Amino acid sequence: MDEKIGKEEKLGSILMINGPVVRAAGLSRFAMRELVQVGELGLTGEILQMDGDEGVIQVYEDTTGIQPGEPVKGLGRPLSVCLGPGLIGHIIDGIGRPLDRLMEKEGGFLSRGTRLDPIDMDRSWEVTPSCKVGDAVSSGMTIASVKETDLIINRVVAPLGVEGEVEYVAAPGFCKTSEPVARVRGTDGKLTSVMMYHYWPVRTPRPYRERLLPDEPLITGQRVIDGLFPISKGGVAAIPGGFGTGKTVTQHQLAKWSDAKVVVYIGCGERGNEMTQVLEEFPSLEDPYSKKPLMQRTILIANTSNMPVAAREASIYTGITIAEYYRDMGYDVAMMADSTSRWAEALRELSGRLGEIPAEEGFPAYLATRLAEFYERAGKVRTFGDKTASISVIGAVSPPGGDFTEPVTRHTKRFIRCFWALDASLAHARHFPAISWMDSYSEYAEEVRDWYHRNVDSSWAALRDEARSILAEDDVVQQTIRLMGEDVLPDSQRLIALTASLLKNGYLQQNSFSDDSFCPPVKGLTILKLILDFHNQARKLVAAGCPLSLIRKMKELMELTHVRELPAGDAAGFESLGKRIRERLEKIGAERLAHEEEEGN
Amino acid sequence: MALTEYTGIDKINGPIVMLKGTPGVGYDEVVEVLAAEGARLGRAIMVSGDAVMVQVFAGTEGLVPATSRARFLGRPLEIALSPAILGRTFDGLGRPLDGSGPIYSDLKRNINGAPMNPMARVYPRDFINTGFSSIDVLMTLIRGQKLPIFSGSGLPHNQLAIQIASQARLVGAENFAVVFAGVGIKHDDAAAFTSSLSRRGTNLVLFQNLADDPVIERIATPRYALTAAEYLAFDLGMHVLVIITDITSYCEALRELSVSRGEIPSRKGYPSYLYSDLASLYERAGVLRGKEGSITFLPILTMPNDDITNPVPDQTGFITEGQIVLSRELDARGVYPPIDPLPSLSRLMKDGIGKGYTREDHPSVSSQLFACYSRVQEVKALAEVVGRDELGEEDKAYLSFGEEFEKTYVNQAKDENRDIGQSLDMSWRLLASLPQSALTRISMEDIEKYVKPNQRLNPDGVPISKAAPADTALVEAPLEAEPNVFPPK
Repeated sequence: MDEKIGKEEKLGSILMINGPVVRAAGLSRFAMRELVQVGELGLTGEILQMDGDEGVIQVYEDTTGIQPGEPVKGLGRPLSVCLGPGLIGHIIDGIGRPLDRLMEKEGGFLSRGTRLDPIDMDRSWEVTPSCKVGDAVSSGMTIASVKETDLIINRVVAPLGVEGEVEYVAAPGFCKTSEPVARVRGTDGKLTSVMMYHYWPVRTPRPYRERLLPDEPLITGQRVIDGLFPISKGGVAAIPGGFGTGKTVTQHQLAKWSDAKVVVYIGCGERGNEMTQVLEEFPSLEDPYSKKPLMQRTILIANTSNMPVAAREASIYTGITIAEYYRDMGYDVAMMADSTSRWAEALRELSGRLGEIPAEEGFPAYLATRLAEFYERAGKVRTFGDKTASISVIGAVSPPGGDFTEPVTRHTKRFIRCFWALDASLAHARHFPAISWMDSYSEYAEEVRDWYHRNVDSSWAALRDEARSILAEDDVVQQTIRLMGEDVLPDSQRLIALTASLLKNGYLQQNSFSDDSFCPPVKGLTILKLILDFHNQARKLVAAGCPLSLIRKMKELMELTHVRELPAGDAAGFESLGKRIRERLEKIGAERLAHEEEEGN
Repeated sequence: MALTEYTGIDKINGPIVMLKGTPGVGYDEVVEVLAAEGARLGRAIMVSGDAVMVQVFAGTEGLVPATSRARFLGRPLEIALSPAILGRTFDGLGRPLDGSGPIYSDLKRNINGAPMNPMARVYPRDFINTGFSSIDVLMTLIRGQKLPIFSGSGLPHNQLAIQIASQARLVGAENFAVVFAGVGIKHDDAAAFTSSLSRRGTNLVLFQNLADDPVIERIATPRYALTAAEYLAFDLGMHVLVIITDITSYCEALRELSVSRGEIPSRKGYPSYLYSDLASLYERAGVLRGKEGSITFLPILTMPNDDITNPVPDQTGFITEGQIVLSRELDARGVYPPIDPLPSLSRLMKDGIGKGYTREDHPSVSSQLFACYSRVQEVKALAEVVGRDELGEEDKAYLSFGEEFEKTYVNQAKDENRDIGQSLDMSWRLLASLPQSALTRISMEDIEKYVKPNQRLNPDGVPISKAAPADTALVEAPLEAEPNVFPPK
């Protein structure tokens, strides 16, 4: 690796070991936050506190067997991740080690002290230069493109601060990761090699030219999200929910079906089998937009719940840095962090071991600051290469006992603009996605409205408002029903309950194991229209005195609950159902009228 | 390596002792504290150049600071492994209890294990037929899954675990073994487990820390059991079912230790690392690529005050792949097993059921049963207010569906072993008592295919209870009317 970065070797010595926290002496020439190798085994660690000659190090690996007196070696740079082609389609751990190559090296269980870069330096890539010798170059300019997967062209851009003239550029064809793609003679006469890869400190946000307004929706293929609580490209959303409410399934659904170009999925302190599931499933699933395997746009970062806790804290930063790297190439990136609570708990654990004074529920006082810093790295931007690109962040939150007033959920709510609250009673009834229509909100609805009206249907906002108001009315009606039964209600209110139940069963619910797993916005809107058209027509009948029982008996309602099973392309099927519902209601109305006239006579 | 001995203890606080002037000790190393009556095992939980903090498993009662000696063994806690562990009984620290002498083997493993590389896991998909309709249809157990039983004191969780272990269609097979760890359990419970499983001829490895054994030992007991299970599964290629009871006692031991160390507590006094610590146990279940065996893990925990939001069940639920929740209310009504389906869940079932695994109708039937049973709860609440007679016809149909569901579906005899095909057929007969409009989770296609005309499912929404009581409908449709499409394993 890059051990030679420090010109002269810096050595400290261990004083004390307390789990992942190690105190060492002889660190006066080390830098705060410097990456170090701890002990004879060379465990990876990071300096957290300095006090004169002594310092406190958090170690990313298990410290069993390490003794006081063992050495601490400085690596001369902060915790960084190596960015370059070969990240996509792979799985790396919280500090950027490739888990697939680790397995080849050491088998099924993770051992300690092994260090590998996430990308393979010896691999050859097909390079297409996009400049020639003599061209002027400025930071952010694309020098060459590398075909990373069928879906992703990795753009090698001139590093920040490099201005000058191209002196050498690789010929089109195959080139090793470790070989320079170009050399640039700077205006100051310095020669810089432009490589396919570079290191970036994970805790430092990568810069961009300007922030833009997130006015384009991230299409997720989930009706309750796209239809009621949309998220923008560049938006930030949180999914809070107790255990078993479907956070991970929802995150998986978003990773599968959102229309981002690159997906970074962080399994932060969660189950090993969930990562395995993605690894097994994604290569065989087709991206609905490009028809290529989903794995060709996905990067996985895994720090499962039994992997060292300090690396859990780092995994979120490693993930967002990789997301920024692809954003800087001009891609829309979606990042799922499952779960940010585990990250916050890792902060708490380390803070406790450092002896810091805790704030709420043992969490450190800087919890809110860290959450804000993290979520602010999302957004829609103009890059230095003058491209519009975005990072959308969707963070799962796991509140203990499902209590949304706990610190992590509460602070997260301050920094996100889209809140998809998962409801335990919906999950118990296996209503998925169990996103509560009463407790959730999205501040992006206003911003993406114009886009929907231009690209999907100009009635999007009106339908959304109508559906939400029916569901809100139903919430009140249901309270009465729970107290007194349905029979005491007037037909107009029972119709609200009927339509709301159609919305819940026919629209909001979505089976992730059928073809309905991905629902394009047009199909969602068509279903919504069918249900609301039914509602409005039935409302007029009820107002004219037609008993609801007649309407409720119509057999088309059964079809309406199942209409989501129709394939998205079956326009005729949807149209025919709409026509039949209309006709049936007209007929019910006409018969009723005739009946009344008869009675009148 | 020569072992150094130190004389004298500087400080004793609960289960923790402090030794000074001890160079060359590694973190997490095993320590023997030699007192008058013999050696007590301990573990170095903090080491610095001149002092070591040791957690003594057997407690510190009776230790005399001036005369006690400490010996550092230069290795972490280990267990000796060989095929001879099958059929043996050990104590909470892996020492033989059955008088058959120690295990001699060159193979010794650190009881903490190493984390499995997620890349090396195989996603579990093999269905286990436990013989319980409620589990098999609604919260299917998958080989390699970690599925805890959330129970309360006095509920039949142990019996349920024994029955699962003996009916799991794996028992009796050469390559099946049960590893049982009793953590702080009553002597009688331990005896019941041992006798009923060994009577069935199961390969059994037993670790027991009984209720009156040293508390701090409990922190090590599950790790001995899981290390033994890993050896049986991944070295010997066996399918291992690990049952650990009671996780709540384990967590209480962890809390006690944490308080003695002066750590800042988080919820209910439990340490902030409760989640990571439980994960280091639960995540050891699974299936490894290129290995024949598997570890299926059924931890049992009693919820203090039946409170599912208590940190122990709460943190467990966030790590495990679902949970089986027992209900005191169902138990009081004589339902066995008293499994409450609504809060119960198997996260892995979605990929282990359906076409090619159990039967094509399984996913939608199970989702429909959940939807209907959840509606039953709403109707019940309403009936309590307005009275049963005031309910509409549809609501009445739901109530009788709910009663049937609990009485004939969840409830079964203590030796009844139902096949999955049988359980699914029963599901359809139950659903047939509801109006067709209630079947929103089942595709139109499946309704036509599986709902037989003789099951009197009434499309007009007039419930079957009007036309014929639901139980007659059950009798009319013969049990094996439908060919069992699930191939026997």
